[in-house]
Amino acid sequence: MSAKHTVTAFVLAGAVSTALATLAVAAPLTKAEGDAAVAAKKEKCFGVALKGQNDCAAGPGTTCQGTSTTNFQGNAWKFVQGGTCTSIELPNGKKGSLKPV
Amino acid sequence: MPLEQNQAFATAFARGLLDPTRPAPPDVTGRDGRSAGRRYDVYRNNVTVSLIEALAAIYPAVQRITGPDFFRAMARCHIRKSLPTSPLLFDYGRDFPAFIESYEHARELPWLADVARIERGWLDAYHARDAAPLSPAQLAAVAPDRLADLVFMPHPAAGIVRSHFSAVTIFAANRDTAPVERIDGSTPEDALITRAEFDVTVRHLPPGGAIFAASLMSGRPLGEAAASALDAAPDFDLASNIAGLIEAGAFTSIAFGDAG
Repeated sequence: MSAKHTVTAFVLAGAVSTALATLAVAAPLTKAEGDAAVAAKKEKCFGVALKGQNDCAAGPGTTCQGTSTTNFQGNAWKFVQGGTCTSIELPNGKKGSLKPV
Repeated sequence: MPLEQNQAFATAFARGLLDPTRPAPPDVTGRDGRSAGRRYDVYRNNVTVSLIEALAAIYPAVQRITGPDFFRAMARCHIRKSLPTSPLLFDYGRDFPAFIESYEHARELPWLADVARIERGWLDAYHARDAAPLSPAQLAAVAPDRLADLVFMPHPAAGIVRSHFSAVTIFAANRDTAPVERIDGSTPEDALITRAEFDVTVRHLPPGGAIFAASLMSGRPLGEAAASALDAAPDFDLASNIAGLIEAGAFTSIAFGDAG
């Protein structure tokens, strides 16, 4: 056992035995905040069948995207609605947004 | 057509597919030798739209956050700079998170790239090799005085994403269809992604947890990993982190390091 560790063999043994005891009763070990994240595991069969689009009528906003020569410039950000980004806040009170630049 | 000629044709045909300012290749012609620019445009569109769809399927939370219009514009911008290098579509878009980080129009969403990294990690875990996770009994069999030198073999599906922002909360809220409540984006959050059996699970790691898990996954022994985690986060809870990693299926087996 090397003495450079700040974690002694005694502490390690205690932690491992506590960990094993916790596992034995099958307690949920991640914090409550993790619950929502765990729910994401319900997604199924994702990425297995990525479909192609066969013509220029793939739906609104997609028409002939492959042939468009315009890239979105600042003033094109009028289409923010539909995204959830405005519900996410940053410390300066700023909300995430995709406003026209 | 002989193979070389075939490849030359394919190269010439492909050149303009992602560059709409280029004319259609000269040997693409319609009836009576007339030019067939509009027919070629169908291929152009199929390539671009299928790659946008691939990114949308790999990064659904990012799309929900930005809204589909912004997402498609951003994706198209990326696609034109980054062609697939593999015929496997699920492998496409590995550099999309880095692109998002540098994308000027997404600068006001500084957490977006990390959300994308979690989504990429999710899909990598989904496609990772199956392996039976470490059973607690194996750990229980280790003599207490040898624990410090114990090394853990990472599970093929296990991955960590560290973020300066609330990337895990934002990811979780947006991989669902339920309405998104207000989220404070500024809490640093680290994600542990695992797939012990069939379902990919994303967990929010407690303070010090990412350093601990990453140290173990890189082959450092338990004693050292615990010490680094405590250095980084004094309130690091060793027991609950060991239990959490085992429960999540982050490892497949244990062994003794050189010092053991």
